[in-house]
Amino acid sequence: MSSLSTPGRWEKFFWPLLAAALLLALWHYSVLWTRTQIFPSPRSVEKGLAELLRNHVLWNDIRDSLRRVAIGFGTAAAIGIPLGLSLGWYPAANQVLNPVLQILRPISPIAWIPIAIVLFGIGDHAAIFLVFLGAFFPIVVACVGGVSNVPSIFRRAGRNFGLSPAQLLARVVFPAALPQILIGLRIALGIAWLVVVAAEMIAVDSGLGYLVIDSRNSGKRYDLVVAAMLLIGLIGLALDIGFRRLEKIRSVRWGFGHAS
Amino acid sequence: MTPPVRDVKLRMEHVGMVFERDGTSVSVLEDINLEVFDGEFICLVGPSGCGKSTLLNVMGGFLPPTTGSLTIDGALVHGPDPRRILVFQEHGVFPWLTVEGNIGFGLSKLAGAERDQRIAHYIQMVRLQGFEKTYPSDLSGGMKQRLQVARALAVNPDILYLDEPFGALDSITRLIMRGELLRIWQSERRTIIFVTHDVDEAVQLADRVVVLSSRPAKIQDVFTIDIPHPRNISSAQYLAHRDNLLKKIGLAYTA
Repeated sequence: MSSLSTPGRWEKFFWPLLAAALLLALWHYSVLWTRTQIFPSPRSVEKGLAELLRNHVLWNDIRDSLRRVAIGFGTAAAIGIPLGLSLGWYPAANQVLNPVLQILRPISPIAWIPIAIVLFGIGDHAAIFLVFLGAFFPIVVACVGGVSNVPSIFRRAGRNFGLSPAQLLARVVFPAALPQILIGLRIALGIAWLVVVAAEMIAVDSGLGYLVIDSRNSGKRYDLVVAAMLLIGLIGLALDIGFRRLEKIRSVRWGFGHAS
Repeated sequence: MTPPVRDVKLRMEHVGMVFERDGTSVSVLEDINLEVFDGEFICLVGPSGCGKSTLLNVMGGFLPPTTGSLTIDGALVHGPDPRRILVFQEHGVFPWLTVEGNIGFGLSKLAGAERDQRIAHYIQMVRLQGFEKTYPSDLSGGMKQRLQVARALAVNPDILYLDEPFGALDSITRLIMRGELLRIWQSERRTIIFVTHDVDEAVQLADRVVVLSSRPAKIQDVFTIDIPHPRNISSAQYLAHRDNLLKKIGLAYTA
């Protein structure tokens, strides 16, 4: 398979499937050869997954996790986008706030767990707050960058047609920055999904993160632990694929280098 | 060609421009004096980097001159204005809007029907029929420049500033675009100020060619090209003008 030749239709599926099958085989035989009593084999994970799917609790857990992500990420976007746009628009304000943002940004949301519990107690609000923190900073940073990277030629053209500053922001700067803002939102959504699982392992007693830790604590059910992990991976992938569809919208597609 | 009594559209008196860069001041324009008449087609030529674009940005109101004055219709220029539109070399159209959206960009104050009519008129004029819903990323370089010219004309400006508008196009497209621009200029009669470093382009298009010196740019010479349009680019008269201009620019390059 040379990198220049276009892969056939079957090849597009065949090689990834083969890679997955080999990985499964490696997992299966590693479990057999090491004779581990703790780590589950693919077969027992499959059984565990079937057990979870039969159980109504799983659907509640998925719904709770998705709800927390939706609220936390949505709030982060609702506050972060206007804030980021304003900071990009007024460089003086950015100079004042940027140092604070840069110090807060590298703090893992996990480190905020004790504070979140002090503020909100054990429960939904603490987990949502942590998701919000994880998503907020990448969104702000993407918006600031998006606005300051708008080519001056677009701003000049906008001013030439007599736009007021507010119109310039709405009709030129925002659409010009939108592709970069979408990239920031996509990164933020990925982080939100990482954070919700961690938050649910400590700050709340439902959701997929709770399912992982609860499966271990109540009877060392590592088959269920790994099954829940797989589900987390699949849902995360689905969220990302779903979000990437936004990049195909005609008015932003120019910013993503999709051949049209 | 030109009527005996002509109104001055744009007047520059002792315009100078000094940029401060890293604590040192660089003089880009020096004592520019020029009168442009209503409906006239002016080409600005000069060595690259001499300040042609700076001069155009001053005329467009984007840069206030350091010294001297710029008046249009007798009034001092304070900033950019939809009555005079600057067309950029490339990347000037908005990639998030369709052809229609770009042409209609400056028309948001118009009522729907009038706006649609204006858009349709200019799509026709720059021959982009059938591409109304197309995004700029699907247009060729020449079509994008036609779109930019249409977007500018749609707001009914008195003056069109063009900053090497065909500079990024291949030579054949360029030839076609010159013809299109002349056709549009003749039917719409706007004042056009056109920056180029292509002598042929200048002799083919302009009523007058303004030759700028190397930096700091001063007006080296002003040529009147009194050949009627369409100009035969192999006539003796055309070639004489071209050689004359080349000679002057040669001097400008070494001055």
